[in-house]
Amino acid sequence: MIRIQARTEPSSIMKVASPLIAIVLTLIFGCILFSALNKNPFEALHVLLIAPLSDMYNIGEMLVKMSPLLFCAVGLSLCYRANMWNIGAEGQLLAGALGGSAVALLFIDSTSVFALPLTLIAGIISGMLWSAVPTYLKLRFNSNLILTTIMFNYIALYLLIWAVNGPLRDPDGYGFPESAMFSDSTTLPILLEGSRIHLGILFAVISAFVGWFILSKTHLGFQIRVFGADEPAAKYAGFSGKKLSWFVMLFSGALAGFAGVCEVTGPIGQLVPNVSPGYGYSAIIVAYLGRLHPLGAIVAAIFLAVLYMGGDLAQIQMGIPVAVVGMFQGVLLFFLLACDFFIRNRLTFNNQVTN
Amino acid sequence: MAETLKKRHLIPRIELANITKQYPGCLANDNVSLTLMPGEIHALLGENGAGKSTLVKTIYGVVAPDSGDIIWDGKAVEIKSPSIARDLGIGMVFQHFSLFETLTVSQNIELCLSKKQLIAIGDLAKKITELSKEYGLDVNPNRYVHSLSIGERQRVEIMRCLVQSVKLLILDEPTSVLTPQEVSGLFEVLRTLAKEGCSILFISHKLHEVTEICQQATILRGGKVVDTCEPSKETPASIAKMMVGDLAEQDAGYSKKVGTHTVFEAKSLTLPAKHPFGTSLKNINFDLKAGEILGIAGVAGNGQDELMAIISGEDDRNVNNTLTFLSQSIGNLSAGGRRKLGMAYVPEERLGRGAVPDMSLTENTLLTHSEGFVKNGLVQWQSLKNYANTLISHYKIKCHGEFSEAKSLSGGNLQKFIMGREIGQNPKVLICAHPTWGVDVGAALAIHQALLELRDQGAAILLVSEDIDELFLLADRMGAVCDGYLSPVIKTEDATIDQIGQWMAGTFIDTSSQHPEEAIA
Repeated sequence: MIRIQARTEPSSIMKVASPLIAIVLTLIFGCILFSALNKNPFEALHVLLIAPLSDMYNIGEMLVKMSPLLFCAVGLSLCYRANMWNIGAEGQLLAGALGGSAVALLFIDSTSVFALPLTLIAGIISGMLWSAVPTYLKLRFNSNLILTTIMFNYIALYLLIWAVNGPLRDPDGYGFPESAMFSDSTTLPILLEGSRIHLGILFAVISAFVGWFILSKTHLGFQIRVFGADEPAAKYAGFSGKKLSWFVMLFSGALAGFAGVCEVTGPIGQLVPNVSPGYGYSAIIVAYLGRLHPLGAIVAAIFLAVLYMGGDLAQIQMGIPVAVVGMFQGVLLFFLLACDFFIRNRLTFNNQVTN
Repeated sequence: MAETLKKRHLIPRIELANITKQYPGCLANDNVSLTLMPGEIHALLGENGAGKSTLVKTIYGVVAPDSGDIIWDGKAVEIKSPSIARDLGIGMVFQHFSLFETLTVSQNIELCLSKKQLIAIGDLAKKITELSKEYGLDVNPNRYVHSLSIGERQRVEIMRCLVQSVKLLILDEPTSVLTPQEVSGLFEVLRTLAKEGCSILFISHKLHEVTEICQQATILRGGKVVDTCEPSKETPASIAKMMVGDLAEQDAGYSKKVGTHTVFEAKSLTLPAKHPFGTSLKNINFDLKAGEILGIAGVAGNGQDELMAIISGEDDRNVNNTLTFLSQSIGNLSAGGRRKLGMAYVPEERLGRGAVPDMSLTENTLLTHSEGFVKNGLVQWQSLKNYANTLISHYKIKCHGEFSEAKSLSGGNLQKFIMGREIGQNPKVLICAHPTWGVDVGAALAIHQALLELRDQGAAILLVSEDIDELFLLADRMGAVCDGYLSPVIKTEDATIDQIGQWMAGTFIDTSSQHPEEAIA
């Protein structure tokens, strides 16, 4: 008989190594998959994982993709640490993009130095609003946060599509569902000439450090960790669950909104229907791959960004469908959760009651 | 006495020879040998984690030993499962009963009998009534279990063993859920059983009970038999010494104090139960005075948890105008707000509530003690670490260091840590639930002394405990709860065990308005 037994003392080395093992397993899975598609697995993996880092241009593009992943993942790390299962980073990102665009379009003919900060703040506030509603519903009516945040993702998406087809559509855009291109005053400055590396990337990295600082240095962060690790203890200590829930959700919403507004004011430069190829969802994988640690999220976000880049390259160079990226992400999360499970538990194959 | 017993019956009822059981990282039983003669009442003593449970589970067939032999009535046997144990004539009464509340007593007993046994017995209800008379058990086979008190339910469990003609009865801390009156009733039953030749293995923490009823005692420490004795020739103190080794100071004879001014007051506190199985609180009145310990006795589940939760603020329902702290109404304050006023709280659950299992002792110090360690929202980790280290050395907490995770500490050491952490905040009011429950004698002594020291510094302490002896030892005034009611509170000098025991059973409750029971029979 096979039975699952909790390990008394999970290995602390394995806890850290778990993401690495999951990555290796995913790569092995990739080899089998590519072989089945009649592609040379090593060439495919090279295109998928090495090529995105081969030159400055590709690295720049990789960082552009890393930025929104990192923003969202940092916020989600804090939420998940507090056992707030926020799946709504995608919607909060889109809300940020929408809100930011609305303000950016007001400044389309302006050269004011306040234009960009106001645009960014509008994006951040929009993201916060988008996370505030499910948070309120949870705290007031005990609704399921997972469900409400997912629903809000769709609401945000269709609101955005409506906006680019309606009020925010470029009047001179021949009816395409896009806004006008933003003016220079509401566009994020480029940090490295000849690339698309924009200021938002720097903000994303800073946000990771802010997240780390909050979690490990502040009393608030400590309360978040206690709340997630042991809710009865948090209640016993008198920590306010409501306050902490609001904080992590608004923080996460703000960062996701920031990510969204950085996309439209940065690499895209206008509001388009497909602002995000699912960054908010991939960020969940990033958060877990980074062990819910904001600094770990940096490494994890780079890895996922490479995968996004590699997916594009693999499609162009080898004709591998871009859906492979989604598959890789799914398989990666699967192996990661499986590794975590086996680090905390073990299987025993005898039918003795003890041992 | 052991000699005479062995001469009278040459064949022991059960003989355990060199039982060894290794768990991962823990040698639970190390060459344990034990002999029980027919008719002998034998105590199995030891601190928590000494290996008592493993040993009785071995006898009852729940745990398979790694090595060693079990000899039953002179024959080597292998007890592979509880059903084999029952066939041999071994019965066990666990601490937590396994009865179906919606069935009658005889239905419950019928459930654990095989067809063969049922045929042999014939009329089960009649048999129960007979046995009930024979042993003075007073079990009515037609009563529904939900209408029985805890003591009566325990008798049903014992009856269950008797029906199967038990030769060895194992009782795991049978008295921890009973009032003193019920305990003496149980002892009568056990004595009758023993007279008829049934061997009894009795596990208890309460040493005076052991000296009262047991003829032999085996003392385990760290999985090994460290001593055997005849309890009637020992005192509880000398047995305690065997259990924990050399105990420098004895835990007895503390002086009583009279409190000065009232610090905390509960006035007509009435609160419906939050959960269907909770107890509602009914018109509770008491006050806590500075420099005094108020003890509240009671059998578990009579409203203690609910009372603690509403006082600490963990139960966040607004009970304004019922709770007063230094003439300030605090019924609407959060748990955190009450802590800030100077209330501290030692909960019953240590791990998972009093301490976060996966966090270090330093982090667990910060859990409730943030004053002075948080500046502008930032945690002063270094000074916190130093403070955690002083707690560890002051309370002699056995651990690897301040970085040790709370879950790596033994129950007693964790309790000393939590106690130290709460006391270290110089609380004006300390609320303390079952502070020494499941804690070894050495740690209990340290905890008692810490509580008394805090009292002498002028704090008001509310001590809720199931251990009557502990309450008589520490409390300056005491009362008891039953079914959500609080008895009158009297000075400990004026209280008798008998009186408190009756209060625990609810004799103080005005029965004219309550207790619509005993209808079904």
